[in-house]
Amino acid sequence: MSETLIKAENISKKFCLDLKTSLWYGLKDIGSEMIGKKNQFHDVLREKEFWAVKDISFEVKRGECLGLIGRNGAGKSTLLKILNGIIKPDEGRIEMHGRVGALIELGAGFNPILTGRENIFNNAAVLGFTKEETQQKLQSIIDFSEITDFIDTPVQNYSSGMKVRLGFAVAAQMEPDILLIDEVLAVGDMGFVLKCFNKMDQLLNNTALIFVSHSMPQVSRICTELIVLGKGEAIYQSNEVSKGISIYYEKFPQLAGNVTGTGQAEIKSIYLTSGEKDSRNLTSLEIEHGDELTVHLNIKFNEELQSPSVGLMFYDKEQRNFGEVFNFKDEIVLDKVKGSYSFTAHFKEIQMGQGVFSITVGLTDFTGGTRKSIFRMQSVIYFRVTSAKHGWAPMQFTPEWKIENEQ
Amino acid sequence: MKITIYTPESSVRSPRKLIKDMFTDLSHSHELAWRLSVRDINAQYRQSKLGILWAFIMPLATTVTWIFLNMSGIISVKSTDIPYPLYVFSGTLIWSIFMDSLLAPLNQTNAAKSMLSKINFPREAIILSAFYQLLFNSGIKMLMLVIAVIIMGFSAGWMLLLFPFALLILILTGISIGLFLTPIGMLYNDIGRAISLGMQFVMYVSPVVFPIPISGWVRIPFMYNPITPLIMIARQCLTGYSGNFLPGFVIVSFSMLIVLFFSWMIYRITMPVIIERMSA
Repeated sequence: MSETLIKAENISKKFCLDLKTSLWYGLKDIGSEMIGKKNQFHDVLREKEFWAVKDISFEVKRGECLGLIGRNGAGKSTLLKILNGIIKPDEGRIEMHGRVGALIELGAGFNPILTGRENIFNNAAVLGFTKEETQQKLQSIIDFSEITDFIDTPVQNYSSGMKVRLGFAVAAQMEPDILLIDEVLAVGDMGFVLKCFNKMDQLLNNTALIFVSHSMPQVSRICTELIVLGKGEAIYQSNEVSKGISIYYEKFPQLAGNVTGTGQAEIKSIYLTSGEKDSRNLTSLEIEHGDELTVHLNIKFNEELQSPSVGLMFYDKEQRNFGEVFNFKDEIVLDKVKGSYSFTAHFKEIQMGQGVFSITVGLTDFTGGTRKSIFRMQSVIYFRVTSAKHGWAPMQFTPEWKIENEQ
Repeated sequence: MKITIYTPESSVRSPRKLIKDMFTDLSHSHELAWRLSVRDINAQYRQSKLGILWAFIMPLATTVTWIFLNMSGIISVKSTDIPYPLYVFSGTLIWSIFMDSLLAPLNQTNAAKSMLSKINFPREAIILSAFYQLLFNSGIKMLMLVIAVIIMGFSAGWMLLLFPFALLILILTGISIGLFLTPIGMLYNDIGRAISLGMQFVMYVSPVVFPIPISGWVRIPFMYNPITPLIMIARQCLTGYSGNFLPGFVIVSFSMLIVLFFSWMIYRITMPVIIERMSA
């Protein structure tokens, strides 16, 4: 079960920046397509053109999933359209073996005035089902979509999530050899997304999958190989998916987040140290998994505060708050403070996996038994953890293992 | 297992495969085309109280206008061999069938834009679906015409049986010309506008509201207009003999088949180029 189903060799595609020029080139292309002359413009850029996809090659076997990630406009969707045969490549060659199913748009062919039931038939016909096949699968489609109650309501009254449900339910009935998925699971509630993933896992056994997504947890969950696209080129291509995801994240600038606060206190400085390394002398602090880390914090209390408490929150690149420090009050007691204070928090062993993390600092005060937020600085400082091993989860624990032979 | 290969090369370079693929896809697109026409016809009438009546209101309004113009003496139309109201009514209905056919490929392709740019299905289905819808709409108009001539006592008798065939040729001619213009029309919307404007003039040199002049220079565009024999033959099947247009009809029919085939081929070959420019 490991035959190669998709074989793409040096795919390139160019696009035009300007609409008027683009249409004019389109007219010329129509001409040269019809005469069938070897288009001398295929491999050179004409004025105002750029490579939307440049020199991409890969193979996908049955049971494998290739992830395509990259920033908006990196060429992911264009590549999918070429693979699906909707537009032609300007260079290269693609071989697709077997039936191709594409989840590029869910619910294609829906007419808003018609009912959900009627639109199941419309959508199924567009996807290549016969009427008999659809009739047979109708009940399982309705069941999968979980919108039995509204199936005879016009689709224009559906929420966007419901339309996606219905669209996916129809598409899930395909039994393709090759499946192309583009960002379709973005809508839909949590329960449905999970359901879709289970369905995709099922399909994956028998298909070669190409998955375009901006959701790294989804990518890491399903992909066996990854291409990171940047300006149409493959800047990373390997089966080490986690490493590719880190590279993707590096393409985004690290931004200090918003600051909210009452002005009763402010952070004068924050920096990190680890052994000899000091974030004040570096553009970015890099530590190894397992290294120590110290957070240095200088806070100025502009007004007298009753009993303030400092909180540190750790965020990963997905802006998930995966860890926090909650023992400040156990260690330090502040009573009616004013002026500047320096704090340090020492972590003996950093257990984060590979990646970039940020620290958010918050200050709360307890006055008269009520908790009040004084300030909160989102992602005020970043640091990078390196590791010989790659793991997707933000925390990578290294417990001591023991083995006993019971005999 | 089916192997599909995509390369930059134009498919015109392997014509035998191209023609084979065209007919395979056409035969595979019937089911989808049927579904799409059912969808569009359903949707068209579900949000309407008058429904099918709209198919008659337009030609009726035109007929009444022309009868009024003729009676008031603003425009004097030379005598026609059937009563003028019937002449105008049949003319405008037949003309509306032709106009619908002419515009259908471009309109249907435009309407399916988002589907075309995202899903790979046989592109023939769009045109076939347009054809099915035209058959449905024209069928209603045809019935109306037949009933009208029978009631008014000007029926052509057994010739009425040929009327559907004459209309079919008219529809296919409209589609052929429309399909030929669709690829460029998809890129530049000037084409769509130009068709609508141009056809207004063509209507006045077709036997729609005026009979063909017996003499004078105006007769020339009437006689060279390829739509003239189609309309004349259609009307002849409806109301009886009105001149010898059969040779013209046969010539136009055969040329139409050739145009249709090449327009289809062009449509198919250029579709990826057009979709690319639409989504770019």
